[in-house]
Amino acid sequence: MNDTETVAMPVETPGLVDFPREKLTKKAITADHPTWCPGCGDFAVLASYYKVLEKRQVDHEKIVTLAGIGCSSRFPYFVNGYGAHFIHGRGVPLASGVSLSRPDLKVFLFGGDGDGFSIGGNHLDHGARKNINLTYVIMDNFVYGLTKKQTSPTSPIGFKSKTDPQGAVDQPVIAMKKLVASGATFIARTHAAQVNHMIQMIERAMDHQGFSVIECLSECVEFYPGAFDPANPRKGGSFELIQEKKWDGTAEDEMRHDVTDELAAYKLAMLPFPGVFGVFYQSDRPTKNALEKRWVDQSREKIGQASDLDILQKTFDRMK
Amino acid sequence: MGDPVNPDVTAVQRAELPNGERAATQTPERADLRPESIQDAVIRLAGNSQDGIQTAGAFLARLAGRSDQEVMTYMTIPATISGGPSIFQVRIGSGEVLSPGDEADFLVAFYQHSYQDHVSFLKEGGVLLYDSDNVEPNLEDKRYVYVGVPVTGLTVEALGGTAKDKGKNIFVLGLIAKIFHLDVEKLVALIKEKFGGKDESIVNTAIMAFTAGYAYPVGNLLSKLYQFEKIEKSGGRAQITMDGNQALAYGLIAAGVRFGAGYPITPWSSVMEILRRELPKYGGTFVQAEDELASVSIALGFSLAGYLPVTGSAGPGISLKTEAIGWASMAEMPLIVVNVQRGGPSTGLPTNVEQSDLYQAIFGGHGDSPRVVLAAKTVEDCFYIAIEAGRIARKYSTPVFILSDGSLATRIEAFDEPNLAELMQEAKPDLTPRETHKPYALERTTHHLAPGTRIRDGKYPLLSGLEHDEMGHPTGSPKMHMAMTAKRRNKLRELAKELPLPDVYGHDEGDVLLVGWGSTYGPIHDAVKQLRSRGEKVSAIHLRHLHPLPDGLENIFARFKSIVVIEMNDQGVYGFGQLATVLRARFCEPKIQSLTKTDGLTFRVKEILNGLGQAHSPNGSKSNGASVTPEPSSPTRAAASVSAERDHAMDNTPNQPGTEAILASSGTNESRDTEKER
Ligand SMILES: Cc1ncc(C[n+]2csc(CCOP(=O)(O)OP(=O)(O)O)c2C)c(N)n1
Ligand code: SF4
Ligand SMILES: [Mg+2]
Repeated sequence: MNDTETVAMPVETPGLVDFPREKLTKKAITADHPTWCPGCGDFAVLASYYKVLEKRQVDHEKIVTLAGIGCSSRFPYFVNGYGAHFIHGRGVPLASGVSLSRPDLKVFLFGGDGDGFSIGGNHLDHGARKNINLTYVIMDNFVYGLTKKQTSPTSPIGFKSKTDPQGAVDQPVIAMKKLVASGATFIARTHAAQVNHMIQMIERAMDHQGFSVIECLSECVEFYPGAFDPANPRKGGSFELIQEKKWDGTAEDEMRHDVTDELAAYKLAMLPFPGVFGVFYQSDRPTKNALEKRWVDQSREKIGQASDLDILQKTFDRMK
Repeated sequence: MGDPVNPDVTAVQRAELPNGERAATQTPERADLRPESIQDAVIRLAGNSQDGIQTAGAFLARLAGRSDQEVMTYMTIPATISGGPSIFQVRIGSGEVLSPGDEADFLVAFYQHSYQDHVSFLKEGGVLLYDSDNVEPNLEDKRYVYVGVPVTGLTVEALGGTAKDKGKNIFVLGLIAKIFHLDVEKLVALIKEKFGGKDESIVNTAIMAFTAGYAYPVGNLLSKLYQFEKIEKSGGRAQITMDGNQALAYGLIAAGVRFGAGYPITPWSSVMEILRRELPKYGGTFVQAEDELASVSIALGFSLAGYLPVTGSAGPGISLKTEAIGWASMAEMPLIVVNVQRGGPSTGLPTNVEQSDLYQAIFGGHGDSPRVVLAAKTVEDCFYIAIEAGRIARKYSTPVFILSDGSLATRIEAFDEPNLAELMQEAKPDLTPRETHKPYALERTTHHLAPGTRIRDGKYPLLSGLEHDEMGHPTGSPKMHMAMTAKRRNKLRELAKELPLPDVYGHDEGDVLLVGWGSTYGPIHDAVKQLRSRGEKVSAIHLRHLHPLPDGLENIFARFKSIVVIEMNDQGVYGFGQLATVLRARFCEPKIQSLTKTDGLTFRVKEILNGLGQAHSPNGSKSNGASVTPEPSSPTRAAASVSAERDHAMDNTPNQPGTEAILASSGTNESRDTEKER
C-alpha cells in the first residue's frame, strides 16, 4: 500500500494475485477485546458467532457483520471482518442494501431490543415482509444498556428504570409476537446462557434463504441482573425447548410443533414469560433478492448481449 | 417574435366553419399568407390536464429538438389527482432559448377559464387561438388577434361521436403545425412513436385528429403564417428532448449508479420511478423503501457493498436522511443524495419551486460533517451534474448532494446528445485481492474495499460512525478526532482546488456581476443579455459547485463593482439569501448583495431587471448589501407578497408551476387538498 500518496492523488491499495486460503480460525476472526461489562450476556453471543463461522468455514472476506447502536451493537468491533457500526435503529435497511446488491456475501446483523423494536421497529417489519436474505440476531436484555438503564420496549410492566422510577407502565412488545406478525420467514428464540442452542439457531438461520431473525435473551448484568433466570436451569428456571414435528407419523408427533404453521407459532409466542425456545416459524416464501434477480434476468433476456453503453444509447435514441 | 401579426388586420371572429370550408369574410390577401420568418415563439396551451395538453406540448418540444431548434417548456401541475386547469408552455427558438418566456406570443384557450386566466399573459398583438365551442372572448379588447376555431365540434366530426373530448389536443397540434409551417412528416412520426405499440386504432385516431387540424383553413383567419428561421446544426450532434428528472436519472446511470433507494415525494418521485424501471436492465435495482431513513440506509448498504448508490427526496425527506448522511461523512462513504427542491419548510408549497434547501444541503447535519453540494442549472446540466457528482463521490469517498428543483424536474428542453461512449462510468466493485488495507489512513484519501476483497495480512476493515483510528477502531483520543476531522475537511479543500471557475457570461469585468445557482440560469442570462444590449456593464456567473466553492472566485468578484446574488429563497433575518450569506461568509465581501423572492415561482426576467434597479444603484447607496425583493412587475402581480393575494388575476405568469395547487390549498378545502399532496 502506498501510504505516502497525497490527498489529491488517491490510489487504491495495489492489487495482488490471489493467495492461498488458510483455515478460518477463531483467532482470525477475533478483533478488539469486547468492551462489555464482565458477565454481560453478549459475550456468549459473540462466542457462538465465532463458533459458527469457524465450524462452517465461511470465506473470511465474505463475512459481513453489521449493527446499529447499543451495547449489543458494538458487536462488529469485536469481529475481524468486513462490517459496519451504523446508526441507531437502521441496521436492517443497511444490511438490506448489502444483501440485495451482493448475493455472494454472508450478511449478519446484531443489535439490541431498543435498536430493533423501538427506533428500528418499522424497518424490522419491512425487512421481514420483503424477506431480504440476511440473518439478524436481536440481543434482548429488556433494557437500554448503553444509555444506562432506561425502559426499553421489551421491559416488563413494573420494571424500575431511570425513566420509570415508579415502574414501567407501558405494555411491552412481545418480541416473538411482533416477529411472527412481521412476515419474517425464519423466526427463532434462544438464550445467551445456552451456547449450544444459540449456535444451532444461528446455523439454521444462516442456512435459511430469507429474512432470518433470532431473539436472543442476553442478560444485562449491570442494569437488569437476573432478568432471564426464569429461563435458566442453572438459576432455578426452566429452559423449555420447542419440540418440532419429525413427520414420522407417530402419536407423539401429533403434539409437536409444525414450524410452517404461522398460527401455531403465534400461539407459542403467546405463552407467558419465560416461554419456549427454538424455531417458531419457517417458510420458504421467495426472497426479495430472488424476485429482483428474476426481474434483472428477464430484462437482460430481452436485451441480450447489449453493453450498458448500448442500452443507454438506445434509450437516448428514442428521445431524439 | 417581435410583432407576430399585423395588428391592423383583425382576423375573422368566431369563424365556425365545417372542416375544409372556406371562411366567408375578410379573407386576407394571398400574398400575406407567405410565411413570415421568425426566430422565436412562446406558445401557451391552456386547458385541463386531462385534455392532454402536456402531450401536445411535448410533441412540439420534441419536434423542435429534432429540428435542431432550442426549446424550453414549462408546465403547471394540477392540484387534484384527477386533473384540472393546467397549462403547458413551449418556447421554441432558432437562436438561444434561455427561459420559457415572460409572455406568450400565442395562446391556445380550450375553455373559458383558460381564456380568462391567461389572456393577460398574452403579448399585445399576440394571437389568441380559442375553441369557439367553449370560449367567448371579449372581442372588444383590440390588443389581441382572435382566431376562433370550433375545436370540440370539429374533433368529434373528424373522429366520430365517441371521441368526446379526446383528440382535441392533437387537432390543435395540427392547427399549430399549419400556422408555424412545422414539419408534418416529423410530427406524424413522433405521433406514431408515441402511440404506436398500443392499439392500432389509437395511432389512427391521433393521425386523423392531426390531419383534420392541419387541413383546417386557418390561413383564412390569420393574416400571416410563420416559419422558424433555419439554423445550422450545432456541432453535428442530434438533439435529445427530455425533462430534468429524466436527465438526472439517465445521468446517474451514465455515472455508474446501479443501485438506489428512495421514498416517493413530489417532485423527486419520477427520478426513482425511472430508476426503478431502468436499473434492472443494467443488472441493478432501485428499492422503494418504507421511509427516507431506510432509503438512505439501504443506499449506504449499497455503498458499503462497493457500489456508487443514489438516494433522494425533496426537502422534508432530506431532513429525515440527515443522521445517516452524517454517518456517511464520518465513515467516508461515496453516496449521491438528490434533492429536487420544492417550497418549504414542512409540506410547504409541494408543487412549487424554491431554492431554500441550500443551507440544509451544506450544513444540515450534526457535528462537523463535510459533504459536497452541487446544483444543476438546466435540464441538460441535470445529466452532467449527475456524472460530476459520481466522479466526486468516488474520488473523495464522500456524500455528494445534487440540488435540482421543481421547475427543472418538469421542464422539457432539447440539448445536444451527450457522448455516452466517453461519459459512461464503470459500475462494478473491484475485488482484486490486496496485501493490506488501512481504511482511514491519514496520509491519503479514504477508499474503501468492498467486502469480498481478500486481504492477505488478514486484517479486515470496519466502517465506523464512532470516531476511529486509521484501522477503523473506535477511539476517544482528542488528537485522533482532530486529525480525522481535518482529514475529512481537507478532502473538500482539495476538491475546491481542482474545481474549474465558472465562465463569466458577458465581459469579465464591469459594474455588476449577477451570481446565480440552479434553475435561475435562464432568466438571469436573459436579463444579462437584455441589459448588455442596452449598453450596461452587467455580467453573470452561475455556480454548479456550491460547496466547496471553487478556489479563485474572489478574482472574478474583484473585477466588478457590485455583486448581486439572485436566488429563490428568503432574505433571512440579516437580509441575505442563502447563497449570498454563504458567499459573504466565505469572502467577507461587503459588495455582495442579495436579490431574493419567495412566491414559489421561477424568476421572470422582468423581476430580475426590476430587482436590480433597486439592488444596484449607481451611486452605491445600497452598497451595504441589503436584500431586495423584486418590484411587482405588473399591477396585478405583487411578487413579494403573493401568498395572500393569489387568485386567478395573478395566474398569468409563465413561470408558475403549481399555481393551481396554491389556489386549491388557499381556499376552504385546504385540508382535503393537503391530503392529496404527494
Ligand atoms: C438517534 C439516536 N437516538 C438515541 C441514541 C442513544 N442511544 C444509544 S443506544 C440506545 C438504546 C440502546 O438500547 P438497546 O438497543 O436495547 O441496546 P443495548 O445497549 O441494551 O444492547 C440509545 C437510546 C442514539 N445513539 N441515536
Ligand atoms: S451495560 Fe448491560 S448490556 Fe451493556 S455491556 Fe454492561 S451488562 Fe452488557
Ligand atoms: Mg437492550
